[in-house]
Amino acid sequence: MSSVSTIGQALNGIVPVMCVTLAGIACMLAEAFRRRGERMPIGGLGLVGLAGAGASAVLLWGRRAGCLGVAEADDFGLFVQLVLVGIGVLTIVFSSDAVEREGLPAGEYYALTMFALAGMMLMAVATDLLVIFLALEVFSLALYAMTGLRRRVYASAEGAFKYFILGGFSSAFFLYGVAFAFGLSGSTHLDRLAAHVQAHAPAGGLLLLVAMGLLLAGFAFKVAAVPFHMWTPDAYESAPTVVTGFMSTAVKAAAFAAFIRVFLHALGPLRADWLPVVWVLAICTMILGSVVGVVQVNLKRMLAYSSIAHGGYLLVALASGDEVGRAAILFYLVVYAVTNVGAFAVIALLDSREAPMQTLDDYRGLWHRSPFMSGMLAVFLLSLGGFPPFAGFVAKWYVFTAAVRADQYALAIVGVLTSVVSVFFYLRIIVMMYMTDKAAEAAPAALPRVPKPAAAALWLSVAALLYLGVLPTRVVEIAARAVASVL
Amino acid sequence: MLLFLLAAAVAVAASLAVVLGRNPMHSVLLLIVSFAALAALYIGLDAPFAAVVQIIIYAGAIMVLFLFVVMLLNAHREDEGTGGAALGGRPLAAGAALAIVLAAELAWAVLRTRRAGGSWMGAGPESDGTALQSVRTLGGVLYSEYSLAFEVTSLLIIVAMVGAVVLARRES
Repeated sequence: MSSVSTIGQALNGIVPVMCVTLAGIACMLAEAFRRRGERMPIGGLGLVGLAGAGASAVLLWGRRAGCLGVAEADDFGLFVQLVLVGIGVLTIVFSSDAVEREGLPAGEYYALTMFALAGMMLMAVATDLLVIFLALEVFSLALYAMTGLRRRVYASAEGAFKYFILGGFSSAFFLYGVAFAFGLSGSTHLDRLAAHVQAHAPAGGLLLLVAMGLLLAGFAFKVAAVPFHMWTPDAYESAPTVVTGFMSTAVKAAAFAAFIRVFLHALGPLRADWLPVVWVLAICTMILGSVVGVVQVNLKRMLAYSSIAHGGYLLVALASGDEVGRAAILFYLVVYAVTNVGAFAVIALLDSREAPMQTLDDYRGLWHRSPFMSGMLAVFLLSLGGFPPFAGFVAKWYVFTAAVRADQYALAIVGVLTSVVSVFFYLRIIVMMYMTDKAAEAAPAALPRVPKPAAAALWLSVAALLYLGVLPTRVVEIAARAVASVL
Repeated sequence: MLLFLLAAAVAVAASLAVVLGRNPMHSVLLLIVSFAALAALYIGLDAPFAAVVQIIIYAGAIMVLFLFVVMLLNAHREDEGTGGAALGGRPLAAGAALAIVLAAELAWAVLRTRRAGGSWMGAGPESDGTALQSVRTLGGVLYSEYSLAFEVTSLLIIVAMVGAVVLARRES
């Protein structure tokens, strides 16, 4: 009896992950037992699992439940897990229509979404490099497959293949870094790595720097930092649009969680060594993301470059590194998740094969055709651009404040300038929607009807953006307390 | 001794069948048999870790790759035109050179063992169980310290399977 309860306690820390994993398996089994042509609410199974994960994450708050010494559900990890649960719920609600319209295999789609989320949520709480690597592989493999789901589209396979090959390389880099770290400290556990680094800081030695560089390359790939961003536009464009919204936000949340754990916690004493590298990455990422985004005419590619630029702002917060900066990362992740999932959801809900809504021209005069959707898209774009009163403004403000407080003036200045550049392409879409007349050609094909749950989720997202934009203090305080638990 | 004779016979027979068979699929499957027999030989040599790795890496992972390529190319039957003769003498020459190197290596090893006073067949020095101990340690670490990592690997394999099936399945 006692041994059973001990095992139960040992697994407390991964209950949210297990909920999501079981939901994924349930989705898989449901698809297997589905008769041909039978309609089944498989997405609902995913929602049940996510509800369980969200509830258990809230209940675990403040308890620091561990799991076999390789994962620890501290408040920081739970915060990121809750963000991921939110992304998952929104993605599933927005998916139901798109899955049917694009002819995606429903069971596999939801199962892979759940498995990807399970991997990301595990990554958020993992305190062992080996577990971080495995979690990273779980969600990466699921995402490679999801990118290539639209088998009728040739470009889909191309994007998935590029993503797969480059992702395989980056995983190899990361694993090599783990091997070096293990060779130096005799353990893959972050605490023991931290103790080793502490004992040998500030002169870490060449091998430690090699390990750090390899780990950094692996993370930089996952968060699409320049020059490790090459896969991003192709993968984002070729994936089904709901998947793009999912992967552009959830991957960043999970990867930044592990990034913070490894670099601010375990490799914290080597800050002087990794700071210049992160600094250069942040500058390049912000500049390239904004400038190349300006010349895009495909909306998904444009938002892909925009998400690269947003990764750059997150790196700025990471480089600032004081408590304001660290809390700013979490707050930024929340805001970015809501906004980007929403923006891609609008595209996914509008786009259909009869009336493609892919290029900028397709959005000409959208206001006349669908006032509701163009209003929603405008809000998300304004938030991405950082206009008050939406949350994007506050998030950027916190990031740049953190940079200034840490005397990183160059980062703050480049951040503000690139924000201004990126405002150009966000506003261009809005101008297209509102201030140009209807397309010249005869009545374009009717837009697909927006299902009620999706419309409700869009309203909810906009409400969240307004709430976070006007009254951010509460969430920022929670984020600050959560981050304090990791260091 | 019996184990050695049995495993060696199986390994030689399976390897011959791999080379002489006309069906690539059979060749791949027989190669797995040959690898398994080699693993049995390693156990006889008191090297259980090498045996386990032989099974996991060679008979497991690498053969799956082989099978995958064979299935991908739809090469159910070796084409008549591209038999050994049609490829020209070069692969044969390369194979012969490799065989000579291997034979020289074997002869060198046998001579060295005899000079050291050991018998050239059968088990070497009495097993003292340390080799087995290392496998036990490895298993202990795998199922205690890294048990979560071990379980996550199973999730990884499910994801890989679902992903492969969904991408490979033909449009219905």
